[in-house]
Amino acid sequence: MRYGGFSTLLYKEVLRFWKVGSQTVGAPVLTALLYLLIFSHVMEGHVKVHGVIYTAFLIPGLVMMSVLQNAFANSSSSLIQSKVTGNIVFVLLPPISYLEFFAAYVLASVVRGLVVGAGVLFATFWFAPLTFAEPWWILVFALMGGAILGSLGVIAGIWADKFDQLAAFQNFLIMPLTFLSGVFYSINSLPLFWQQVSHWNPVFYMIDGFRHGFFGVSDASPWLSLAVVSSCLAVLTTFTLNLLKRGYKLRA
Amino acid sequence: MSAAIRIQQVSKRFGNVQALDGIDLEVQRGEFFGLLGPNGAGKTTLISALAGLVRADAGSLSVMGHNVQSDYRAARRHLGVVPQELVFDPFFTVRESLKIQSGYFGIGDNESWIDEILENLGLTSKANANMRMLSGGMKRRVLVAQALVHRPPVIVLDEPTAGVDVELRQTLWHFIRRLNEAGHTIVLTTHYLEEAENLCTRIAMLKAGRVVALDTTANLLRRFSVHSLRLRTDGVMPADLTRGGAENGGWWSLPFDGFDEVEPLLARIRDAGCTINDLEIGKPDLEEVFVRVMQGHPQGQLN
Repeated sequence: MRYGGFSTLLYKEVLRFWKVGSQTVGAPVLTALLYLLIFSHVMEGHVKVHGVIYTAFLIPGLVMMSVLQNAFANSSSSLIQSKVTGNIVFVLLPPISYLEFFAAYVLASVVRGLVVGAGVLFATFWFAPLTFAEPWWILVFALMGGAILGSLGVIAGIWADKFDQLAAFQNFLIMPLTFLSGVFYSINSLPLFWQQVSHWNPVFYMIDGFRHGFFGVSDASPWLSLAVVSSCLAVLTTFTLNLLKRGYKLRA
Repeated sequence: MSAAIRIQQVSKRFGNVQALDGIDLEVQRGEFFGLLGPNGAGKTTLISALAGLVRADAGSLSVMGHNVQSDYRAARRHLGVVPQELVFDPFFTVRESLKIQSGYFGIGDNESWIDEILENLGLTSKANANMRMLSGGMKRRVLVAQALVHRPPVIVLDEPTAGVDVELRQTLWHFIRRLNEAGHTIVLTTHYLEEAENLCTRIAMLKAGRVVALDTTANLLRRFSVHSLRLRTDGVMPADLTRGGAENGGWWSLPFDGFDEVEPLLARIRDAGCTINDLEIGKPDLEEVFVRVMQGHPQGQLN
């Protein structure tokens, strides 16, 4: 461990979720595994997507959904807990810049997302033949998607004053965005209206681009997905840094 | 040499409440300074502004010559704050909390200093206990320890002894006094005025966001408080004596400035035919000063 505001805060944030690993890593892996067992049991043999059997198609979607949801959960729950219990002062009193603050929370979220994603991949890998056609896309979208949701988690954690406000953010924004993004299906199988709606959902591009890395085929071009996802990341990063710089709800 | 703390014309408003209203204050290096005032006077807001937790609307604050906004890194490195609220991170042990806090200040190998703090605050046996397992008093000690990990030259304690037992108070003050003797500047807020009187060499009193009294403790006691002769008598007290005094449950309290006044006072009472049944001398105390200042008595009125 290198010592400094950023590295220590990153270390603390990773240690925090690791100490309660059964809840922060084990539980989401089990949930994803249950999704896989249920959906593959119902759908297997009935559907092929992009020429890929359904269970294999589903696995990257579940992995990426887990990466995204857990990246969000990490920064948001850490911040709201620190705010509600008051121990956020331990981070606000030292000479830590808003850039270091942002980078540490977002990177810890990415780490949590990747750890859970790797866990889900490991747990589900055995159920269907998976390929890794263009693995760099897998890595790029996992990292960027994790960073986007980690950043959203920072915003939600800072904005929410109470746990139920954070839960609302999670239930009414993050969950619909991730569930209605093509995790469980190809959006080409949707009616035209819902296809168009899905194209406005940035999470669709994260999952589609991520999946492209496995099978080399996807609903949208991975380059379009990259453009959408990197724009989202740039906008969110700018927005979050601005909040932190102003001390929004952290420094009165 | 720059002052340990310099606060110039600092104001802060929260909605309709003017929490700080043009505060000017300087704390010199090595001082043991008391910041007193009733709840809501602005003590914690002032400390928060100094620590960068609150941004002042106007004015400037600096710690050891470093502005808390424009040069916040240096200012925060020179400042250790013990917050009023009993906060802790439930994920970590005492030692982990202190190592993490050291890391935030860029300090890597801090084990020997951490051990020394733990020892001095009576925390050694709890070093590897999770924060959740500690009693309130122990958590308070860890808060003090966390404020000291980076050896700050200026230490601010915001009501550190609120609701803690005698043993911790003594341990804490013994340690803080030693730090002060070693050159650390200490700023203390407390509602225990006896503590402030014993520890602080200089005191500022805040009321509604303004400094209403600022002087050495000795001067404040001299200017605002007087000795009093407290006695119970048979018979009727001379009217000219009781005019300046007060009666409570049969006890008369008669103020006097110097001890040379005591004998003539007693002679007057004897001459009036009263027999003194009980007698004690009331010494000036900070509580009396505090009450008088807060009631708006102008400084020096009693002299």
